[in-house]
Amino acid sequence: MATHALTPAAGTYARGGLYEWLTTTDHKKIGIMYVINSFVFFLIGGVLALVVRSELAQPGLQFLTDEHVYNEMFTMHATIMIFVFVIPMLAGLGNYAVPLQIGAPDMAFPRINALSFWMLPLGGLLLVSSFFTGGTAAAGWTSYPPLSADGPLKSPGSGQDLWIVALILIGTSSILGGINFLVTIFKMRAPGMTLFRMPIMVWTILVTSVLVVMATPVITSALVMLFIDRNYGGHFFDPFGGGSAVLYQNVFWFYSHPAVYVMVLPAMGVVSEVLPVFSRKPLFGYKAFIFATAGIGALGFSVWAHHMFTTGAVFLPFFSLLTFMIAVPTGVKMFNWVATLFRGQLTFSTPLIFAIGFLTMFLIGGINGAFSASVPVDFALHDTYWVVAHLHYVLFGGSVFGVFAGIYYWFPKMTGRMLDEGLGKIQFVLMFIGFNLTFFPQHMLGLAGMPRRIADYASDAGWNDWNLMSTVGGFLIATSMLPFIWNVFISLRNGRVAGDDPWEANTLEWATSSPPPPYNFDHLPEIRSERPLFDARHGLAGH
Amino acid sequence: MTADSHALTASEHTPLAGLAHDARGGISNVVLGMLLFISSEVMFFAGLFAAYFNTRANYVDVGGVKQWPPQQFADILNPLSLILVATIVLISSSVTCQMAIWAIRRDDRRGFIRNIGVTFVLGVVFLLMQAYDYSLLFEEGMTLGSGPFGTTYFTLTGFHGAHVFGGVIMLGVVLYRGMAGQFSSRHHDAVEAASLYWHFVDVVWILLFSILYFL
Repeated sequence: MATHALTPAAGTYARGGLYEWLTTTDHKKIGIMYVINSFVFFLIGGVLALVVRSELAQPGLQFLTDEHVYNEMFTMHATIMIFVFVIPMLAGLGNYAVPLQIGAPDMAFPRINALSFWMLPLGGLLLVSSFFTGGTAAAGWTSYPPLSADGPLKSPGSGQDLWIVALILIGTSSILGGINFLVTIFKMRAPGMTLFRMPIMVWTILVTSVLVVMATPVITSALVMLFIDRNYGGHFFDPFGGGSAVLYQNVFWFYSHPAVYVMVLPAMGVVSEVLPVFSRKPLFGYKAFIFATAGIGALGFSVWAHHMFTTGAVFLPFFSLLTFMIAVPTGVKMFNWVATLFRGQLTFSTPLIFAIGFLTMFLIGGINGAFSASVPVDFALHDTYWVVAHLHYVLFGGSVFGVFAGIYYWFPKMTGRMLDEGLGKIQFVLMFIGFNLTFFPQHMLGLAGMPRRIADYASDAGWNDWNLMSTVGGFLIATSMLPFIWNVFISLRNGRVAGDDPWEANTLEWATSSPPPPYNFDHLPEIRSERPLFDARHGLAGH
Repeated sequence: MTADSHALTASEHTPLAGLAHDARGGISNVVLGMLLFISSEVMFFAGLFAAYFNTRANYVDVGGVKQWPPQQFADILNPLSLILVATIVLISSSVTCQMAIWAIRRDDRRGFIRNIGVTFVLGVVFLLMQAYDYSLLFEEGMTLGSGPFGTTYFTLTGFHGAHVFGGVIMLGVVLYRGMAGQFSSRHHDAVEAASLYWHFVDVVWILLFSILYFL
């Protein structure tokens, strides 16, 4: 009776290439557009980082005209990297993978999915447009008032306002995306796909989406209040008018701390997909990993004030203790990953190499983060380059290596072509060396007392060599993008044809063709564990 | 095909069987999506309320006096005025909204349209009353810029008003679609979702009214 409704719509519409992409509601096309859009902004943010590093290569102001321009550069670098690159890039990989991995034909709300995506280039363009409308925001990505206020230390001009509006827009995109993920995961799973058979990637996206849905509106409220203060004479954050500047920091970090887990949990999910496949073993401690993910999500809401130890306005022992406690679930995960690799049949393909890059670099980022959780240490290191080193070890060494592991892993599924292994390994080596050369010296700079967010420093402070080294590393990272872009370019044209399941993987996205049809699956294998394809391949279904 | 699905081999399922997942019971996608959206909105208002309480707790006027509302606005917010009528209007609209839900659940389309229509009108009336109340406050010299008191009052009630406006638009769409005959007892997820949202803005107003006018 309903046969016609079950006949896939393949071939029934013939829209032209570009028009099809601009109007699509297919989660796979939207996911790919997320990835491309995020990568473009990654390059823009990277150029800004190079400007920052070039200025800092030597003491003195070399080629930026004044300190204000430098402030604009690092503000826009961080804002673009966080809000228009890392978060959407991981959301994009999730957008591509989640419906496929749970055996669904699409997201729960495909048109809202398209809306979530299209807000991103718009928000990104608003941010970038402030370069051409009289100066960008320059108060750092945190935009604390009074630096960002229209008050005595004013941040005049439209740049800061454009920044606020862009972030509200991008935040709304995140919230809608998070709701979409949650409904998709709770309601669209294929028969047999119980919660505890879902791939880890789906679990990390689930926890991430809870964080996004519950925390992002809080920063929206902070931004709204900042906007009112700046434009309508409000007094939320203006101490002279009876407001409180620390209030902004509280509301801001209530989102922005969970946001660091939004920026790393899906990358952990990618790594947890890659490690089992390339070590030919199931993930060690599947359930422990899930509970650790949920634990990180829950703790993530109660540690925001560790960014504010030096304000003197927060209860230090509480926030310090809870921050240390986050090391426990994170340590559980590290154990899961290492135990998965242990005695595995490793094949060092590019996704695995990037995943191991993630493990090692994230470990360093986690350890130096635990140092900063200690209140006395934090008092010494607050706002120094130590913090810059820490956050780049988790965000670049962690998330970005995870992102590339994911791109190398899913590129065959997205395009039907393999990326070149040789170029991938060249990229990894350049990126790994460049990354450590850039950011390891920043630990030394921080310990030597160099503050972050300064355009110039004294030549006799002993910071010259480390800074030069860091700048050289920065350009090496930039160089490592060239083999990647070339790799994508030649692989799309002449890459080895991937086939449905080039990695002999475990999860459902590899049960359909590469690239999958718009409706995803003609039929699904039986789902009796978290590795349905492994079961099907070895005839273990039902055991 | 639905009858056929039993005939599939044990190792194969139709891919679109996943679609029927929600039809097999449980909460519908639309209603779950709306509930998640409302939780997100709760956190947005939580941020504003936190700002309100923080501002209020720290407020000291120029003379060093700790008093809230500040001296100059001591009696400006009188709960026994137009705002009480507006509150009653909004609470009544929640009641009529629920009656509309009950009506459509038993396929009473006329009752549904009547009640949604009344809810829509009450929502508009609330907004008009709030606008008029704002004009009275402006006349007495209280604006967004008049100290933390004015800033918090107008921000909180203003964002609530914006949400009521959004709810009125939703109700308008639901009313239009209802008059076009698109809803029945088996198909009215949009109505359920809109009504949840409407109850949510009502609850926020009850909190706002109690905290701003009584606490």
